[in-house]
Amino acid sequence: MKNFARLLAATMLAAGLASAAEAKTLVYCSEGSPENFNPQINTTGTSFDAARPVFNQLVEFEPGTTKIRPALAESWDVSPDGLEVTFHLRKGVKFHSSKQFKPTRDFNADDVLFSFNRMWKEDNPYHKVSGGAYDYFNDMEMPTLLKSIDKVDDYTVKFTLTKPNAPFLANLGMDFATIMSAEYADAMLKAGKPEMVDQQPIGTGPFTFVAYQKDAVIRFKAFPDFWGPKAKIDDLVFAITKDPTARWAKLQKNECQVMIGPNPADLEAMGKDPNVNLLSQPGLNIAYLSFNVTKPPFDKKEVRQALTMAIDQATIIKDVYGGAGQAAKNFIPPTIWSYNDAIEPYKYDPAKAKEMLKAAGVAEGFESDLWWMPVTRPYNPNAKRIAELMQADFEKVGIKTHLVSYEWGEYRKRMQAGEHQMGQLGWSGDNGDPDNFFFLLGCEGARPGGQNLSKWCNEDFEALFQKAKSTFDVAERAKLYEQMQVIAHEEAPVFNVAHSIVYEPIRKNVTNYKVSPLGRREFAEVGLE
Amino acid sequence: MPADRMPAERTAAAMVEPKAPPGPFAAFFRDFSENRAALIGLILLGLLVFVAIFADFLAPYSPIEQFREFTRIPPAWVEGGNRAFLLGTDEIGRDMLSRLIFGARLSLFIGLSVVVASMAVGIVLGLVAAFAPGWPSIVIMRAMDVILSVPSLLLAIVIVAIIGPSLTNTIVAITVVYLPYYVRLVRASAMQEKTRDYVTAARVGGAGTLRIMFKTVLPNCMAPIIVQAALTISNAILEAAALGFLGLGAQPPSPEWGAMLASAREFLQSAPWIVTEPGLAILITVLAINLVGDGLRDALDPKMRRS
Amino acid sequence: MFSFIIRRVLLVIPTFLAIAFLTFVAIRLVPGDPVEARTGERGISPERLAHFRHELGLDQPVWKQFLDYLWQIAHGDFGTSISTQTPILTEFTTLFPATLELAICAMLFATILGIPAGVIAATRRGTFVDYTLMGAALTGFSMPIFWWGLLLILFFSVDLGWTPVSGRIDLLYYFEPVTGFMLIDSWLSGQEGAFSSAVSHLILPTIVLGTIPLATIARMTRSAMLEILGEDYVRTARAKGLSPFRVVGIHALRNALIPVVTVIGLQVGALMAGAVLTEYIFSWPGIGSWLIESIQRRDYPVLQGGILLVSGIVIVINILVDLLYGVLNPRIRHAR
Repeated sequence: MKNFARLLAATMLAAGLASAAEAKTLVYCSEGSPENFNPQINTTGTSFDAARPVFNQLVEFEPGTTKIRPALAESWDVSPDGLEVTFHLRKGVKFHSSKQFKPTRDFNADDVLFSFNRMWKEDNPYHKVSGGAYDYFNDMEMPTLLKSIDKVDDYTVKFTLTKPNAPFLANLGMDFATIMSAEYADAMLKAGKPEMVDQQPIGTGPFTFVAYQKDAVIRFKAFPDFWGPKAKIDDLVFAITKDPTARWAKLQKNECQVMIGPNPADLEAMGKDPNVNLLSQPGLNIAYLSFNVTKPPFDKKEVRQALTMAIDQATIIKDVYGGAGQAAKNFIPPTIWSYNDAIEPYKYDPAKAKEMLKAAGVAEGFESDLWWMPVTRPYNPNAKRIAELMQADFEKVGIKTHLVSYEWGEYRKRMQAGEHQMGQLGWSGDNGDPDNFFFLLGCEGARPGGQNLSKWCNEDFEALFQKAKSTFDVAERAKLYEQMQVIAHEEAPVFNVAHSIVYEPIRKNVTNYKVSPLGRREFAEVGLE
Repeated sequence: MPADRMPAERTAAAMVEPKAPPGPFAAFFRDFSENRAALIGLILLGLLVFVAIFADFLAPYSPIEQFREFTRIPPAWVEGGNRAFLLGTDEIGRDMLSRLIFGARLSLFIGLSVVVASMAVGIVLGLVAAFAPGWPSIVIMRAMDVILSVPSLLLAIVIVAIIGPSLTNTIVAITVVYLPYYVRLVRASAMQEKTRDYVTAARVGGAGTLRIMFKTVLPNCMAPIIVQAALTISNAILEAAALGFLGLGAQPPSPEWGAMLASAREFLQSAPWIVTEPGLAILITVLAINLVGDGLRDALDPKMRRS
Repeated sequence: MFSFIIRRVLLVIPTFLAIAFLTFVAIRLVPGDPVEARTGERGISPERLAHFRHELGLDQPVWKQFLDYLWQIAHGDFGTSISTQTPILTEFTTLFPATLELAICAMLFATILGIPAGVIAATRRGTFVDYTLMGAALTGFSMPIFWWGLLLILFFSVDLGWTPVSGRIDLLYYFEPVTGFMLIDSWLSGQEGAFSSAVSHLILPTIVLGTIPLATIARMTRSAMLEILGEDYVRTARAKGLSPFRVVGIHALRNALIPVVTVIGLQVGALMAGAVLTEYIFSWPGIGSWLIESIQRRDYPVLQGGILLVSGIVIVINILVDLLYGVLNPRIRHAR
């Protein structure tokens, strides 16, 4: 009898193990370690991706689009003058629990207030926790835009703005506007470990955080009490694998099912692999080469045009992007409204470029520097290789270039100070608005230290830019932006290199995975067969 | 005495026990050429030096010329290869063979510069430490301890991060890393030689300290220093390649072997020759130098000769 | 002996202080700024930059920052990482076991193969076996290990699919780290297959990191053995008719091991340097990749604390080697 009981127990254990083995685990090969698990203080896509499964915002982007839909706010009203936005919060939303913390109440207005006040108010006890840098909150100009945030009742919150702002709602869908638990924060403050809030995240999202081993793995499991449709997988694992070659090898061996950032060189093999779906989406970005117009001869538009014609753009697309990019002719990617497709790109023509340079008085053997950033960016897989190609192109029209690079932070700072003659950089859009790109060519940023790297300030362009900013009618705005693109094309303050195409190979058994145009990895609705 | 890739086997023996001065040159050469492995190394090295010096005539193309129609062509003997590019082309259509040939020049130049620089500075510091007891000696030797306690590659990385990545700075960084080995070696040998009769004789004969340091003592310490030099060249080449691989060495478009490996890493699967060839070049060069180094040691080290 | 130990240990203190000072100053000379490095394309307004530099104490005079830093270290506080906001000692202790595990395995691999190879080569001096072994050893000694690692991955992981590409264990297995050593933890977890998974993940990194020590040990053993085999007492033992195995295995090897042990100890610094490259290639979550990343992020506190801790370990091990050498070889003890 005793033996029988033992046998029974063993069988049950085996059955239990078997069902555990059948648990659906999705492994995502990510490219780096997150800085922490609080999107309010992060700046990198890697860190945002790592926190996203755990959290929600008031509104969210529909997966695979830039469209806003309700999330923790069920609905919202905007006052006629556009200055007051009132959110009606979802009821019955549960927070996760962990070893240190068990929530006693549902999500309510206090959590919204806490989340924003932490970033906004210096007297909030959490304001200085974990370094206290709220870069995105500041970059989206929230401190000047917000007048007040008021709790109307437990499930109603009113945001009062200093001026009407059309992209405000879209901004609240961004990761920095994540809603954290005020109760958890209080508990950790009492326990004297406030930074726990940023290391062991507690949110309302579809997955609860399980564990993080630095440089190795992040584990999540499905949250049974999630307010939305329950996750279709049981466990979500981020396998941190820095080398793209290694990520691809792991995907091939089914050690992971979704991966980020394939090598352009491997795309062909990925397309042929019968077990792999190679998803792609045009990225919301631009890689460009800036001509510093404050330094002769780059102050002459003929010179800039000539240099543009001297660059063999097709080869760059072929040998650097390996098909994972499209040649750019405008400063905004074609997926953004107001893209001016009527613009005729400059043709690659070294002979004509040489003539134009001569006409503009640029002597044969003119020397310039050519800067390349030392890091891989979503819009530019290999700035060094682009620089090497451009160097050879410029050589052909009689311009000798020296390749220059600095440590990444230093590089950007020096470019913004205008120390370069020619230099590469790029931009990834945040919310799909043209304004989010064109400000990089505006007069405000042309000051030393500003974001306009070419230091190009054109009156006509600027007038249109300002007018578009204060116009609400989309069709009218689009017209203004189209005119701006004509000016930018003629003046050529930058050479538009490419818009990258984001490729994400996934195993065939992964269902409902969508590549986000905003460069996010979203697993809330993903399943596994 | 921490030693990174300096195997104590080679230098320790020379340091612990005083060696008789090297025999006449003829004996040295006889011993050396008896060693077949060393001879092979010497021939290989000679070839490499020849290639490096006459790179401009030997290389079929310029190392930075891009043949845009011919990117990632495999070596000639592989299917899809092209006889115009014997060892294939890289990711932007540069001839691998030409790049490797010019790379030899860079690598040997790095190795030699590091040796000359660290040997020169090391000899001066080592002799000062031996002849000026008291604080100069203490300061010098403690400083060397500090350098030795930081793992070599880490130290080189930090130095390059400070002064910026470039070929010259790679040489500076590696020179600093290898300096302590010379200082210690020179000091140890000089301390031993200092007490010898011939030094006393010279001193009695009225020679100044400087003269004794450089004219009397130094020549008698040269044997281990030369062995060390052979070692430093090969290690410096490896170290420079590692820095290049991490993106901290020679900058584009220069065909430094380590840097070639770094940018080609993504082609590990799709175009493996871009990865294998520079690595093989490094290996062969370092191997040749080490073979010669072994031969030198055996020839200069009477004890090894006996056994 | 005892005073020798004391003297040796006391000598370390100024060295350690000097390293602390030099890393501190050196790292402040590195162009770039931790606040700038994290902001990406957007940049940061001068006011906010000044604000954060103030928060991090970067606007203080360097000597004051240094004194504060020493004061902290004296209290066991190595600072906090700027990018992750985690104490450096915590990050170090979570990552160090991974490096240590790899280093120990590499050293075992090198010793277990290296000593027999050296002995065999010595006893068969001048034969084909000797040339082959020593040729292989010299090749290993000349190996650029980052390239060697790539080749092994290409061949064993990608082409043959025998070994995993990177990481420490298959992600199907999950358990809380107990010791931080994956081999022990996976064994303790009792999960079927976990241990063998951990082993298979260790194989390639071990080979890559162990190659140069292996070559060094083999060469060292051979030359030490040759020297000993020529000594009078070995000849006597042979003349007495002792079996070759006893002569070589017991008498000669025991004496030959003295310098070999030293060499093994001296490889520690080299191992740390090699670990940087090996971890970089295999995405091994250890100290090497941690330090490389901290340079890229300009995370001063991590760099400072990390280098200091690593150098401290190297120094301690060197002292131990010195002592061990003194124990093994009484002549040296008195000579000092």
